[in-house]
Amino acid sequence: MNTPITRLFGLVVLLFAVLVFATSWWTEFGAQRLRDNPLNRRQLLEDAKVKRGRILADDGSVLARSVKAQGDTYTRIYPSNSFSHEVGYSFTTLGRAGLEESRNPALTGQGGEVDTLIDQLSGRKKAGDDVVTNLDPAAQKVALEQLAGRKGSVVAMEPGTGKVRVMASVPGFDQNQVPKHFKQLNRDTDAPLLNRSTQAGYPPGSTFKVITATAALDSGKFTQDSTLNGDSGVEISGVPLANDGGEDFGPINMTDALTHSVNTYWAQIGEKLGKATMAKYMNLYGFDRKPPLDYPNPQKRASGEYSKRGRLLPPTSNQVDVGRMAIGQDKLAVTPLQMAEVAATIANGGVRVKPRLTSKVVDPDGRTTQRINPQDVTRVMKKSTAVQLAQMMSKVVQEGTGTAAALEGIDVAGKTGTAEIDVANNITQPWFIAFAPAKNPRIAIAATVERSQGGFGGTVAAPIAKAVMEQLLQGGSQQ
Amino acid sequence: MSARNRELFGLIPAALLLTGGFAAVFIQQQNVLSDVSLTYGAIFLGLCLAAHVFLRFTLPNADPYLFPLVALLACFGLVVIYRIDDTLAREQAQWFVVGLIAFAAVILFLRDYRVLERYRYTIAFIGLGLLVLPRLPGIGAQVNGAYLGIKIGPVTFQPAELAKICLVIFVASYLRDTRQVLVLGARRFMGVTIPPLKHFGPLLVIWGASMLMLVLIRDLGSSLMFFGGFLAMLYVATNRVSFVLVGLILFALGAWFLGSHIGHVHDRVETWLDPFRTTLYNKPGGSYQIAQSLFAQADGGLIGTGFGQALLSLPNGTPILPAAHTDLIYAVITNELGLAGACGVLLVYLLFTERGFKIATLARDSFSSLLATGLTAVLALQVFVIVGGVTKVIPLTGVTLPFVSYGGSSIVANFILLALLLQISDRARRDRAAG
Repeated sequence: MNTPITRLFGLVVLLFAVLVFATSWWTEFGAQRLRDNPLNRRQLLEDAKVKRGRILADDGSVLARSVKAQGDTYTRIYPSNSFSHEVGYSFTTLGRAGLEESRNPALTGQGGEVDTLIDQLSGRKKAGDDVVTNLDPAAQKVALEQLAGRKGSVVAMEPGTGKVRVMASVPGFDQNQVPKHFKQLNRDTDAPLLNRSTQAGYPPGSTFKVITATAALDSGKFTQDSTLNGDSGVEISGVPLANDGGEDFGPINMTDALTHSVNTYWAQIGEKLGKATMAKYMNLYGFDRKPPLDYPNPQKRASGEYSKRGRLLPPTSNQVDVGRMAIGQDKLAVTPLQMAEVAATIANGGVRVKPRLTSKVVDPDGRTTQRINPQDVTRVMKKSTAVQLAQMMSKVVQEGTGTAAALEGIDVAGKTGTAEIDVANNITQPWFIAFAPAKNPRIAIAATVERSQGGFGGTVAAPIAKAVMEQLLQGGSQQ
Repeated sequence: MSARNRELFGLIPAALLLTGGFAAVFIQQQNVLSDVSLTYGAIFLGLCLAAHVFLRFTLPNADPYLFPLVALLACFGLVVIYRIDDTLAREQAQWFVVGLIAFAAVILFLRDYRVLERYRYTIAFIGLGLLVLPRLPGIGAQVNGAYLGIKIGPVTFQPAELAKICLVIFVASYLRDTRQVLVLGARRFMGVTIPPLKHFGPLLVIWGASMLMLVLIRDLGSSLMFFGGFLAMLYVATNRVSFVLVGLILFALGAWFLGSHIGHVHDRVETWLDPFRTTLYNKPGGSYQIAQSLFAQADGGLIGTGFGQALLSLPNGTPILPAAHTDLIYAVITNELGLAGACGVLLVYLLFTERGFKIATLARDSFSSLLATGLTAVLALQVFVIVGGVTKVIPLTGVTLPFVSYGGSSIVANFILLALLLQISDRARRDRAAG
């Protein structure tokens, strides 16, 4: 009887091998899928046991902190709601949004691999690190006051470093109330949970002419003196195009055409440059993909041409009317963050840098564990092109459509935009993008108001940008 | 070194594991655990030593590795149970006392286990009776749709644990008588050996009994364990793979038919196939348990979160893993000690199985040999059924992980099983030594 017993033992070994295989499957090879399973709330429950780090503004004021809750868990408190979209929220029942999500590893104290292993072996309770942002509460306050309850957004960043100083989006929400009112907040037609700075797709209007001008000058196909017919009624893609108020400018050069935002001039430039050249420069500026901001991907939107069904179209698509795209019409939908990046890139001599909300990560003992340094993305244009653009944009503020943004003693370079949303009801989307001081820029900005009842970029958006820039450039010295 | 000294040294790993494990858990959860709870571990170790001394006197020739392996498993189980709930650990230590009393009683009062052959039919009826107990009104208790336990006053008992030993004894003695006839009297038909119907009858009865279990107890896992143990013994007795194949086909047919006709068994299969379907997940008694079991294992990874680290309950105290101390104890082990720890536990069972089968080969009469084979096979299959259920290899059922899971009946029954194996071993080795 011994042979069958040996074989039987072989069978048992085989059965146990199956068990070992199954266990390794669930613990190693298939483990990630299980951890990502929406039914699996372990990670959230585990995270609730960690005292998350604080989120701080640039001036050290606390934007989010953790307090003891039921059992051995913690819950989040948000002392200030002026940065509701940037900071976001973190609740066991709802998950996370904003910086709470994108900086979750730091906030829950998940440092390097080595750290985790030591923690595992010693069983030490993790404590989260503090996240220090670049956000400026005083300037954010000015931006919110200036928007004065009107839906819209203001994004201000430092051109050389990419530090995002202001990212106001109206309406905001009270993060402390999110668990209680989540359904209402989601259903609200004003979409308070939407971060308009990064998620809204607005027609850019004439601010887009800056991008067309970049392509025109940097490609070498045109100069500041290139003169074209600036009359209304020039045919673009077979359909006559009019200037604002049907104005006729006659033969006009590039500088004047930007100062007075002459549609027909820029549409012809767009047609002559062609889709490929326009696409190249849009791409360099960061269009057609999500911006490299340290913010959750689902809360960011790519700027560019969108089809009727809401699909992102490449600028080379045959559905694109390149002449009208060149003046910010057609099917363009852009985010305020993208337009702030455009202004910042010109201000930075043609080099685009990564925008970033976070400045550094500090552990509970006060040591800086991670510094988020400035990072160049790409050179968008030659330095000389950037200088020429800055000159032209200065003129817009000095004598053109953007005079309302002029600052006393400081040279501002900017561009207005007024997209028509509903001509019959006189509803517009006013824009202003700018940087200052024009010679040695320290701040770049984009401001826009959603569905404005009449008004232009120069009259509605420029004053908002002006006030925020004033605060950022001079606020510190005045206080 | 004598066998018993080897056994004594074999207890060292168990002692180390218990001390280290209790220390780790205690340090982790100092704020909730009382100092007294540390003594449960000491009591446990003392009991192991007492059992060892007892074996020195009663079964000096018995296999020296089986008891240390069991002690290792039991210590492992106690640490994990202590980690889940220190009150349960105290109760488990008490059950351990009861189990050892049963163990000693079997060894003392059943001087020659071969007398069991004489009472084979009585034992078979007791076994079947035990199986039916949970369906009796008043004492039967239904858990998750299966009838595995009985409840008398505050004590719940799983009679199937004892029934498995009874049925193994019966089959071993039955096969000893008929194994020659089954092979010799068989005719071959189209290359398949067909035993004479007269002798095959009782085997069909066993098949019928396991099908009955499916119907009455509604538990696929334990009926698989019973029938698998039976087939293992049949194979060893006759050395005919064809018998086993026929048996497996019969079982599969029966299981398939009943599985698609009995609601509860069918539900179990459904939840097994697709545990993450939301409707099944949210249904009471649905796939929540198996899904949480897999989540817990994924949490463990390669080396686990460490003793006392796994997430077992929600902030308000509700357990996240149902039946963590019994059915799902393997998931807790994997969670806290990772793949490495889980493989360690499986290895100990494999070594136990190896020793059990070794005893079977050493035994000089076929009843002893078959009995050792059956007891070992049934234990190995029980491990396969519960671990396979927890790891979604087969549908999850409510049997215990022998010596590790919390549960009085499981401990008592498995200590009786151990006592029988050691007795067979002692006799075999004594006979060998005597020539």
